Amino acid sequence: MSAATSPRVLGHENYLNVSYGVKSWLLTTDHKRIGLLYLASITLYFFLGGAFAVLIRLHLLTPEGALVQAETYNKFFTMHGIIMVFFFLIPSIPAVLGNFLIPLMIGARDLAFPRLNLASWYIFNLGALFTLYAVASGGVDTGWTFYTPYSSLYSNSHVVAAALGIFIAGFSSILTGLNFIVTIHTMRAPGMTWFRLPIFVWAHYATSIIFVLGTPVLAITLGLVALERVFHIGIFNPALGGDPLLFQHLFWFYSHPAVYIMVLPAMGVTTELIATFSRKSLFGYHFVAAASLGIAVIGFLVWGHHMFVAGQSIYAAMVFSILSYLVAIPSAVKVFNWTATLYKGSVSYQTPMLYGMGFIGLFVIGGLTGLFLAALGVDVHVHDTYFVVAHFHYIMVGGAVMGYLGGLHYWWPKISGRLYPEGWAKLAALILFVGFNLTFFPQFILGYLGMPRRYHAYPAEFQVLNVMSSAGASILGVGYLLPMVYLIWSMRYGPIAGPNPWPATGLEWQTPSPPPPENFARTPVVTWEAYDFASRKDLRLAGAGLERLPAEPQD
Amino acid sequence: MQGGLPLFPERASSIAGRVDALFFFLLGVALFFSLIITVMIVYFAVKYRRRAPDQIGALITGSTNLETAWMVIPLILAMVMFGWGASLFVSIKTPPRDALEVYVVGKQWMWKLQHPEGQKEINELHVPVGREIKLTLTSEDVIHDFFVPAFRIKTDVLPGRYSTLWFKATRPGQYHLFCAQYCGTNHAIMGGWVTVMEPAEFQTWLSGGPAEGSLASAGEKLFHALACATCHRSDSQGRGPKLDGLYGSMVRLGNGQSVLADEGYIRQSILNPKAKIVAGYQSLMPTFQGLVTEEQVLQLIAYIKSLSLPRPSPGAAPPAPGRTPSQGQATKRP
Amino acid sequence: MPEGRSALVEHFRDLEQQREASSLGMWIFLVTEIMFFGGLFLAYTVGRSGYPAAFGEASRHLDVALGGINTGVLIVSSLTMALAVWASQTGKRKMLLGYLGLTLLLGLTFLTLKGVEYADKFHHHLVPGSAFSFPGAAARPAELFFSLYFAMTGLHALHMVIGVGVLAFLFRQARRGRYTAQYYTPVEMSGLYWHFVDIIWIFLFPLLYLIDRHR
Repeated sequence: MSAATSPRVLGHENYLNVSYGVKSWLLTTDHKRIGLLYLASITLYFFLGGAFAVLIRLHLLTPEGALVQAETYNKFFTMHGIIMVFFFLIPSIPAVLGNFLIPLMIGARDLAFPRLNLASWYIFNLGALFTLYAVASGGVDTGWTFYTPYSSLYSNSHVVAAALGIFIAGFSSILTGLNFIVTIHTMRAPGMTWFRLPIFVWAHYATSIIFVLGTPVLAITLGLVALERVFHIGIFNPALGGDPLLFQHLFWFYSHPAVYIMVLPAMGVTTELIATFSRKSLFGYHFVAAASLGIAVIGFLVWGHHMFVAGQSIYAAMVFSILSYLVAIPSAVKVFNWTATLYKGSVSYQTPMLYGMGFIGLFVIGGLTGLFLAALGVDVHVHDTYFVVAHFHYIMVGGAVMGYLGGLHYWWPKISGRLYPEGWAKLAALILFVGFNLTFFPQFILGYLGMPRRYHAYPAEFQVLNVMSSAGASILGVGYLLPMVYLIWSMRYGPIAGPNPWPATGLEWQTPSPPPPENFARTPVVTWEAYDFASRKDLRLAGAGLERLPAEPQD
Repeated sequence: MQGGLPLFPERASSIAGRVDALFFFLLGVALFFSLIITVMIVYFAVKYRRRAPDQIGALITGSTNLETAWMVIPLILAMVMFGWGASLFVSIKTPPRDALEVYVVGKQWMWKLQHPEGQKEINELHVPVGREIKLTLTSEDVIHDFFVPAFRIKTDVLPGRYSTLWFKATRPGQYHLFCAQYCGTNHAIMGGWVTVMEPAEFQTWLSGGPAEGSLASAGEKLFHALACATCHRSDSQGRGPKLDGLYGSMVRLGNGQSVLADEGYIRQSILNPKAKIVAGYQSLMPTFQGLVTEEQVLQLIAYIKSLSLPRPSPGAAPPAPGRTPSQGQATKRP
Repeated sequence: MPEGRSALVEHFRDLEQQREASSLGMWIFLVTEIMFFGGLFLAYTVGRSGYPAAFGEASRHLDVALGGINTGVLIVSSLTMALAVWASQTGKRKMLLGYLGLTLLLGLTFLTLKGVEYADKFHHHLVPGSAFSFPGAAARPAELFFSLYFAMTGLHALHMVIGVGVLAFLFRQARRGRYTAQYYTPVEMSGLYWHFVDIIWIFLFPLLYLIDRHR
């Protein structure tokens, strides 16, 4: 490691080489190192969750489900869901890229509470430990949604350990959100007004609102399930006077906004990618910023759309349906603004841009299928079928994971000081795109045909589509392994990147790659608008009129 | 059973066509917008590709008119989708009067179905074609879901309360029945078949059942065996309210509220009698929780419902006042 | 650390920014606490509207006297905490120590009385679980009431314990002269936390102890 990052090689002291040794990493309060600590953790959990996905798709190759027993399969999809949702998707972009970039993007030296940031990483892994204990000691089989009374009374699996694991990890989320909000409010550099902030920052601000308001409700809900299991109280058990629907309301009050936690940061990344690789100002900046907040707010009002057939009243269902349509509007606004940004841009096709465009395409499909689910009359048919599974995977994998990978590639030069190999990266992006669609598009068809979710066995007529889906999954797996390999390779052998290889307009690119521990030698003073390529003579790009600028001496 | 590659489910209920119509509208809108966005992105990305290494894009920051347009048009479309879906939903959730009733109890991992005439089925439901059927469902343990893809209907089935589902089958045949709410180990094999038959065939099937008698008569036997008749006398002298004409009427409670005496009310009165006390009566009734199964509760309800049917004798007393949720085809008199 | 030395942490521009950040951070944290307790309040509301009579009956088994005394104890402790904050703002070290100590004592008093109440419930078989026993037919909803009682007051007591720990820490720091008129942020922030925990109790007390007392 030292050979790759030493001052001799990279030319300056940076956050990677300022100190070496395990202790300097495990006790760091540098937001950049903490971002990398998170990167290591969530990569591990991603592959663990992915392993369960592989097992699921293998098992579903045959209708009788002959790979494992029913109970084991039920544990597979539960663990896949819990690990992917709580230990990969929710932290991913905020904890890795948000932590690394937000202080850099606003011109600060660190987040507001660096020690809380480190504590957050430890709490996260403590939660993971409880969950891994549940996995290792036999698993959980309730589904990641823990519906009562199955989870609180009937399941014979390690529900309490898993619930505790998620409970603990939730505090990690809350601390991250709190840190981001305070940082963005109080630590912006002089001249960095709210409306000069990159949309990445707006997106994380909106996400943090959800972290802070939603996560505590999940915590108390899972806490009550654990109490119910241990002390046999009856809050969710009708036989003891309780109400299973109360659990669903409490659970979804968090878990719906949670999906916006997963997608808003990816939208923030996409905005950066589209603007940078069109070398053009984001179209409709104010509208995109407002849309981020709008999604976060309205997102808190739609949870009942998971319960249209659960037993709530027709009137409640109608209210949730209409609000669910409303929440689609700000997302549509963003998509249109990204598209308009490309108009008369100067578009290049480096890997991050491929991920950005891939995000838009797949998010559009995923989001539009949400309209099917919001339609009460159609949801009755497709609820709890593979249609829903396809819908959320389009957004979470096609959307959020692509956003994550796109961001990882885009900021890789800043994080590591090196360039990843462009050819391999493009190949991986293409493989992922193809594998993803092959895996999940057939599931829309399966769902409308009527194949329910969470089935370890299924009628024979569904086999062809299942085999197609599993075939796609194998391609998807290859696509994920490739970046693991070449990104690590590039840390040692990749060409040295300069401070601003693309170039892009954000403050994070105004400091060396990798950044020094204190981020900026002098606190920057911001005098330009976001994405204002035309005014940024320092980027040494031609003006809009294609006139070449005279060569300027090095600073 | 189909092999090969099915791409679209068959339609076998009166509502399926309407559901598919909305589905195709949504599909059309989705395809339209996906195509437009994809085409525009690809077109712009190619037409405006970078020609020189230091070229930047044009100086355009936005357009309020465009923003307004692409907020308003999707909003209108969304409201159309909402309205259509909501009206369809009301139809799906509103059982018609005069539907044939079937009672369903779900448990890990089977469906127990009961026709009022006495026929019992496990994991199978036989119904006549062209007739409205209303299901009343409950669970003995965890939450299940009764799903018939060919009919485009489903409802969660909860412990401690009743759900209803209705349909009118339009084609004879056999259609998958699935459990669609994860309920434990054998969730995936807790299914069966709905068999739709011609009316004459159905009558034959119905009368071929065991001679145990109708649901209501079983309920009547239970009513006496559990000594309900001690307090619930037909002459209004009892310590409990008279049950003749109760089902479907509005009941005035001691706290001033009025409630409809439907299946859920009767079930609650048996299992949690303190919850609602009828005006003018004391809270004396003991609970039968743990003393009767869900199926026995359904038998009692069937019996009590039969007490609200108009008697066929001449100069008959008028039926009970208030709404009468669909009356069953009970052929036996109470 | 000698009095008056700057407590400015490295990554902040100045003390003003640091104080602003601490304050906003604490307020946001309190909002998360509202959401945390909120779930329990919702469960209580659902239970109460489902079983009003049973909840009322169960509530009458709570000791209003002890609960009332505890309410008074907490309210007074909020006063002493506010005075402690004022003392720190004006640099009066002895007064700060005095009021911190008083608040700490009052907090411990609250926890002791709570412990007495819990022990009493245990002896009367009112703790939910296999040993629970409640006279009359309303046993099941009564057990629900007591589950919520223990969950809500238990969570509150946990927050009190943390608060007492924080006060002990503040006391130690104050004795070493860490807080001056220029830098008293930790005292102020802890004050916010303490007031919040007090306000939670002010909602808990009527909802749990005072319903149906008018009968």
